[in-house]
Amino acid sequence: MDAAIALNRFGLGARPGDAARLGRGAEDWLAGQVGDANSFVLTRPDLPDSRQAGAALMAFLAERRERRQANGNANAHAQMNNQNDPRQLVIRLAEVAQPDVAARVERALTTDNGFAERLVYFWCNHFTVAATKAQTIAFIGPFEREAVRPHLNGKFVDLLTATTFHPGMLLYLDQAQSIGPNSRLGQRRDAGLNENLGREVMELHTVGVHGGYTQADVTEFARALTGWTIVGPRMRRLAANAQPGETLFVEQMHEPGARRIMGKTYAEGGREQAIAVLRDLARHPATANHIAVKLTRHFIADDPPPEAVSSIERVFLDTDGDLPSVHRALAALPQAADPALKKFKSPQDFVISACRMAGVEAAPMRSIAGSFQMLGQPIFRAPSPAGWDDVSINWAGPDAIMKRLEWAQALARRVSMRTPPADLAADVLGADLSETTRTAIRRAESAEQGLTLALMSPEFQRR
Amino acid sequence: MQSLETNRRSLLAGAAALGLASSAQIAFAQTAGPRKVVFVILRGALDGLAAVAPYGDSRYHDLRPRLALAPPGQAGGVLPLSDGFGLHPNLQFLKTSWDARELAIVHAASSPYRDRSHFEGQDVLESGGTATYGTQDGWLNRALAASPTHGEGVAIGEVVPLVLRGSAPASSWAPSVAPEPASDTLQRLTDLYANDAVLGPALARAVATDAMVGDTGMQEQGGMGRGRYAALNVLTEAAARLLAPANGPCAAVASFDGWDTHANQGSTNGALAARLQALDGAFAALKHGLGDRWNETVVVVATEFGRTVAENGTGGTDHGTGGVSFVLGGAVRGGRFHGDWPGLSQQALFQGRDLAPANDVRAVFAGVLQAQWGLDDAVLRSRVFPGLQAPMQGLVA
Repeated sequence: MDAAIALNRFGLGARPGDAARLGRGAEDWLAGQVGDANSFVLTRPDLPDSRQAGAALMAFLAERRERRQANGNANAHAQMNNQNDPRQLVIRLAEVAQPDVAARVERALTTDNGFAERLVYFWCNHFTVAATKAQTIAFIGPFEREAVRPHLNGKFVDLLTATTFHPGMLLYLDQAQSIGPNSRLGQRRDAGLNENLGREVMELHTVGVHGGYTQADVTEFARALTGWTIVGPRMRRLAANAQPGETLFVEQMHEPGARRIMGKTYAEGGREQAIAVLRDLARHPATANHIAVKLTRHFIADDPPPEAVSSIERVFLDTDGDLPSVHRALAALPQAADPALKKFKSPQDFVISACRMAGVEAAPMRSIAGSFQMLGQPIFRAPSPAGWDDVSINWAGPDAIMKRLEWAQALARRVSMRTPPADLAADVLGADLSETTRTAIRRAESAEQGLTLALMSPEFQRR
Repeated sequence: MQSLETNRRSLLAGAAALGLASSAQIAFAQTAGPRKVVFVILRGALDGLAAVAPYGDSRYHDLRPRLALAPPGQAGGVLPLSDGFGLHPNLQFLKTSWDARELAIVHAASSPYRDRSHFEGQDVLESGGTATYGTQDGWLNRALAASPTHGEGVAIGEVVPLVLRGSAPASSWAPSVAPEPASDTLQRLTDLYANDAVLGPALARAVATDAMVGDTGMQEQGGMGRGRYAALNVLTEAAARLLAPANGPCAAVASFDGWDTHANQGSTNGALAARLQALDGAFAALKHGLGDRWNETVVVVATEFGRTVAENGTGGTDHGTGGVSFVLGGAVRGGRFHGDWPGLSQQALFQGRDLAPANDVRAVFAGVLQAQWGLDDAVLRSRVFPGLQAPMQGLVA
């Protein structure tokens, strides 16, 4: 495979000299990353874990309560999103997530293992937890580092289980408050079932919307999931030793009884019941197809060739969802080397690859996060549980192109060029660079304009 | 060429040379202009029973012990409409519009989609068809293409959503904080995109829309924040400025999210109440911005489906079926409900849990398009909304 294709299609974008360094070793470079657990690890001493996130959330909730009482606020109420929360408190809570933003951006700008990082982004998007509610803001980083990164060198079922029961997911999809109506707590309290997590695990994370489940299956799965919650202020009584922010199974919240889901009966098993359902969902043939379509759509083309989908689906089924095998097979697809198949870059991909091309190794974290936001893809804030969209028509709108141009021009004004932009484009885009684009860059009135055109060229906008 | 400071609105002068000013636009400039349509998509499934509460039905109070709104006149009570229905107390502008007979409501409205996925539901709502992922274009675009005036559409946002995609020209616009590109760079990039089927037309549309915005002085406002919770009224003000000129687009689409209230949605206060207040303010801003154009504009508001009639165990509501749709504007035959109300009795509920989808929301859209653009029944039922029984009559004067 052409080095530039490997670096751009599967990585975060070539830096000057990357293609030469890779030479003929593109296949080894790709395969080497996916089988190495270390390539997914992201650690820094200032990154919080779930307990610290939980402590920050508890402090936030307590302070908000106090403030409202102090105000004698007629508006005191539980709230769903941070728009309505007292602003400074939310901003302070969001500070907890800043080291994660910085670490992720630093890694993106400097890593030699771009494929591993792209896989992290893909799976984080597949299992979206977004900072669009106050409750989840502090947990986004811990979710990525605790539930996603450690499981990309293993089986899909373990990734699914880890993400489903992570505090971030339990809060994002409202599972933490769901209580079995016939559980001991449900009978005493005016509280009950919430089917959000059950539905999205089936629709988005496993078998897909046409995977063969019904509304009754969703409700039954939601019942099986009851009891899985996180330690909050009221939970202390139920679990004396647990720390805020930890996932916990509370038997007193669990709906008793056997559940029937997608034609199979799951005996009452407390915490094991939902785990057993997840295990079957992970191995369902519809899940293999759903994952294969999403992976090939992300890395190959908006409308992935059916042969590519079935090839990945087969590997998923044959290896019991062994992710390194699946990822290796993806990079080895013949369609991956086809220069005619292209993806339009998402705003984050565009910003990161542009910075890598322009030699920006360190940027104020806030300016990168601001760039993501300006171009319509704010970090950690996907608009829905389905995550960020993955087809060009949802990114290549008129206003979006104009914003990219504005941004590219601003970047080109700020970097000092050590290489003529046409040479830079040739280095980074390799065989993809067309003669038309090369000429347009050469004829630019300034290096700044040349770099702007290179960044905005049809070739660079795609990967 | 030192043209860095050239404002890209100055490109309007060159727009004709670029072939961007369509003959339709020029034609409109000389007449009163076509009647306009604004489509507001509430993504995430608005709880129709919270926005337009059937407070006169005891089942409503029984099934929603924590969420039901009080009858009018009581503390936090609904704003009375008719027939035992009331608006959420934060929908003050809509109440004023109802009283002025400028707001019509279709309750228990739904697209033909009957499952409960947001993403599929929005696809069907926007495609105008009956099946998921059945078309690559949207009903508003097909209506524009079929209308005698051949107008253009504009989306308020970075990209053009499905409802406005298709053969008719459509652009998108959103506020920006960055400096504009140099006009010379823009020209060179236009050349570079000459053979790119996606990027070429997108850039051309953006230039044309920017020119229009520049002409109305919107850029002086500058520095408007964006993002998921960008003030809704900023976005509808933008829509108003784009639509107000006679030669502007004939249709605008705005999408507002944040309606997926699975937990703690609240009643008079809370997350949903705050969101409804923002929405109400957005409609007020739209009317204000449109000025006299309000009398020829119809705003249609819809969501992908409704939510469960009963509240769930966590103070919220789950994905349902029948929702609510608003039709708003100076020419609307308002102050009344249109369509059928299926009721909340147990046997009336869809699958025993949701407000029944008594009214096809596509009939509402079709009724508006017919009145605004003179599209006939056959075109609406074959091309714009395949499988539609009939447009809803009497929504617009």
